[in-house]
Amino acid sequence: MAAEAGKVDPMHQFTIEPLFGSNNWEIAGFNIAFTNSALWMAIAAAALWLFMIGGMKRQLVPNRWQMAVETFTGFIDDTLQANIGKEGRKYVPYIFSLFMFILFANLMGLLPLPLAIVGVHPFTFTSHFTVTGILALLTFLIVLVVGFWKHGLHFFSLFVPHGTPMLMIPLIFVVELFSFLVRPFSLALRLFVAMMAGHVLLEILASFIVDSANAGAGWGLVIGIPIMVLMLAISALEILVAGIQAYVFALLSTLYINDAENLH
Amino acid sequence: MPQLSQLAETYASQIFWLLAIFGLVFFVIGRGMVPKVMDTVTTRDQQIQQDLTAAEAARTKADEEEEAWRKRENDNRAQSQALINQARVAAAEQVAARLEVAQAGFDEKIADAEAQIAAARLAATAEIEAVASDAAQDIVERVAGMHIAPQTASAAVKEVMIHG
Repeated sequence: MAAEAGKVDPMHQFTIEPLFGSNNWEIAGFNIAFTNSALWMAIAAAALWLFMIGGMKRQLVPNRWQMAVETFTGFIDDTLQANIGKEGRKYVPYIFSLFMFILFANLMGLLPLPLAIVGVHPFTFTSHFTVTGILALLTFLIVLVVGFWKHGLHFFSLFVPHGTPMLMIPLIFVVELFSFLVRPFSLALRLFVAMMAGHVLLEILASFIVDSANAGAGWGLVIGIPIMVLMLAISALEILVAGIQAYVFALLSTLYINDAENLH
Repeated sequence: MPQLSQLAETYASQIFWLLAIFGLVFFVIGRGMVPKVMDTVTTRDQQIQQDLTAAEAARTKADEEEEAWRKRENDNRAQSQALINQARVAAAEQVAARLEVAQAGFDEKIADAEAQIAAARLAATAEIEAVASDAAQDIVERVAGMHIAPQTASAAVKEVMIHG
């Protein structure tokens, strides 16, 4: 993690490195190296798959694991029903995949020190706006496709709220259109910034402990111990943020899809 | 900031792997596993609903049956009560009739016996008179050496017996 000797670079943790000598893998001239980012996507997907396996026992009386899986599907189902209505059910696979994939990515990115000792550094791919941007764009595309498919050109009435005075319609239309087009960016940036900020904060606090210890045992105790306590608290907070950001992403996706389904 | 500085070299790989892996997640987990899990939940909910309905129906039926049973039981009880009463009345009547017959028999027998006793008493009295007059004759003959007529003796005895 130390970029230069004695210096801790808090941004180094976001560096993407090709793994297994895959630097030069290419499709149609585009580099598709299997990076640490891709590895952790695969790990998150595999972990999610393992989690879901436990819910596939299909017992009438569920055990705890099955209960947990059913709680998550039920949670997404309820959210969609509450925000979109009966039509919302068909989006359960997408929203569930989105929510759980992001949730697992966020949580696994927080995996702590013991792995780092053996040289395995968790990589939080949701702290890259390339990734969050693609996920946001997927939602945005679904909104566009569903909107135009269901309502045709009438979909544009989304940009003119009910009761807008005639005179104001052009202006409101532009404002609403702009706010609509900003959605994928806000969606992507929110997750990316939240994840990156938390990880940078933890890294900086950790570097304080290292630096204070290097400055002498006294400084190490006086500064290091309070910082360690603070880091514990912030780590707990980050776990909360990991869940909340995944939920916010899924919830906003749901609300945007609701606009496309039902206009307003 | 690697997100920016590495953007040009890594965006293609990021997009490719994200689409590949998220696609896998969507199709295998989202489309494959989630509907089955939700099916299980729906099936369970239906099962519970069915069980509750069945239990409710069974309870209603049990209530009805209990009601019918109670009614039947009450009827039976009333019937048996009536039977008992009937039997009691019949038995009482029978006893009364028999008592009457027996009483009649007794009365007759008592009357007979009383008549017999009266006759016997009469006969005995007559006999005593005869014996007493004979005895009186004998006593008079022995003591006084007189011979009296039987009529006289019998009249004397009668007089004594009447006067005590």
